Amino acid sequence: MPTPSNSSTRNCNQMPPILTVEGLTKTFQMHHLGQSLMAFEDLSFTVSPGEFLLLSGPNGVGKSTLLRTLYRSYLPVAGQIRYDSREGVIDLAQAADIDIAHLRRTEIGFVTQFLTARPRVPAEDIVAEPLRLAGHSRDDALKEACHWLKTFGVKQDLWRAYPTTFSGGEQQKVNLARALILPQRLLLLDEPTASLDVGAREALVTRLADLKSQGVAMIGVFHHAADVAHLIDRDIRLKPKELSDVA
Amino acid sequence: MTALAKQPPQLVRTRPLMTLNGISKTYDDVTALDDVSAQVYPGEVLGIVGESGSGKSTFLRLMNLQETPDSGSYHLDLPDLPDNLFTLDRFERRMLCARQIGIVYQNPHEGLLMTHSSSGNVAERLLIAGERRFHVLREKAQSALEASEFPIPRMDAPPIELSGGMQQRVQLAKAIALEPAVLLLDEPTTGLDVSVQALVLDTLKRLQQERRITMVLVSHDLGVIRTMADRVMVMRRGQVVEDGLVDQVFQDPQHAYTQQLVHAKL
Ligand SMILES: Nc1ncnc2c1ncn2[C@@H]1O[C@H](COP(=O)(O)OP(=O)(O)OP(=O)(O)O)[C@@H](O)[C@H]1O
Ligand SMILES: Nc1ncnc2c1ncn2[C@@H]1O[C@H](COP(=O)(O)OP(=O)(O)O)[C@@H](O)[C@H]1O
Ligand SMILES: [Mg+2]
Ligand SMILES: [Mg+2]
Repeated sequence: MPTPSNSSTRNCNQMPPILTVEGLTKTFQMHHLGQSLMAFEDLSFTVSPGEFLLLSGPNGVGKSTLLRTLYRSYLPVAGQIRYDSREGVIDLAQAADIDIAHLRRTEIGFVTQFLTARPRVPAEDIVAEPLRLAGHSRDDALKEACHWLKTFGVKQDLWRAYPTTFSGGEQQKVNLARALILPQRLLLLDEPTASLDVGAREALVTRLADLKSQGVAMIGVFHHAADVAHLIDRDIRLKPKELSDVA
Repeated sequence: MTALAKQPPQLVRTRPLMTLNGISKTYDDVTALDDVSAQVYPGEVLGIVGESGSGKSTFLRLMNLQETPDSGSYHLDLPDLPDNLFTLDRFERRMLCARQIGIVYQNPHEGLLMTHSSSGNVAERLLIAGERRFHVLREKAQSALEASEFPIPRMDAPPIELSGGMQQRVQLAKAIALEPAVLLLDEPTTGLDVSVQALVLDTLKRLQQERRITMVLVSHDLGVIRTMADRVMVMRRGQVVEDGLVDQVFQDPQHAYTQQLVHAKL
């Protein structure tokens, strides 16, 4: 089973954690096989505001699964994910869907490798959407969206185009602009740099450093960990289990 | 091991707009709905999926107060309404639906008078709500048709002369003409060809974002639910087998039936 090992700690400011994970366990029950697959078991760790936690480990060890479980795209089978929201402490492992939806709009962000573009929605509107949902006017939201599209190096003639036809890297830039436009309190990152050129990688790292200094807590998997080496406070290394199938 | 049970909302203090509790409905010896409950929060889109005959349309017709269940209650969190809307009489139901509940059916024949003008179909809604001035009727019908992205030069053509996509836009205009609190959609794009379907979904999405209309969307098309809904309820044989946030239900389905449904589509 994967076990976390805190290999490096250079965190001195001991803010109380924003996230406290205890005994977190995720198995996938695959009914058609009559089997379940253990992704990770009994994980415990904490993250404080402004802390940057690197998740590492070999392919298939459960890094993405852990991030998705924290975001509640996956449902855990045991353990707690205590999150210190602006409105009080809540266990994300068991929170109501409506509370999770609320936190995703206001406090918890997830940056993935892939853009989920909707047909016939221009790039600038996709990027502006989180601000619109948070109640900003269309003009303000679009202005901010264009700023971030520019920062991540999306050519201006693409801002009003539909990203469904963009290159992989361009889509990823739109995705990042959207995911990072609204400062969240907890940011989950799953290989956000995978298909980016150097310029966009630098812009991303600058934005992450900025968010970190504003107190945003981050947990991330990075394909090129060297890019973010100077941001990392702690490292959680997931280790593969001997045998992952349980009857 | 099974997933941890979810707890009641703690952070979101908003009351649900729609609360349906313990709804059962039987036709002769067919059980269409068996103890179904649902809550829909203001501004959200609840998707309902499930194989045909699972009770989705029946549930929507009950939400539209077209029928009365054998048991169960239905509350809308709006002023001056009883705890259980099924206690309302026919006339009260008609008035409430005209003002607060819009519906779009899969089959336009169910929602429209096919040989009356499209604008007239929309205006009928306004008439029920008491509007009598001709120019106001016409203006409001036109603006509802515009919001539904219906081609205005054709607004006086009867639905029977229009394409399927346009018929659905007339239904939609009629449904939103009085800015209802709730919009019910029963397979609104089923049967349209894919590109028309995408356009109609765009219109719905835009309306939802601009007006924050609360929607309940029935579809057997998981792609439609994925792009439109915030939460989804999976039905089978009149019961809810699973419900959750859309990304969760599609990426980590818990029930054997949902897994089969999701994997069949991938
Ligand atoms: N939705 C799912 N249903 C069933 N099994 C899953 C699901 N998601 C992940 N898994 C399984 O869980 C295990 C961990 O996968 P995960 O994607 O978390 O690995 P990872 O550490 O992110 O790997 P990589 O470095 O390749 O991205 C794998 O065996 C994977 O097949
Ligand atoms: N008016 C009706 N009279 C008799 N049986 C009905 C009626 N409406 C629905 N049913 C039955 O109830 C069950 C659920 O139907 P329905 O709600 O239309 O399913 P869905 O919309 O999920 O396909 C089916 O077995 C159907 O035949
Ligand atoms: Mg991964
Ligand atoms: Mg039906």
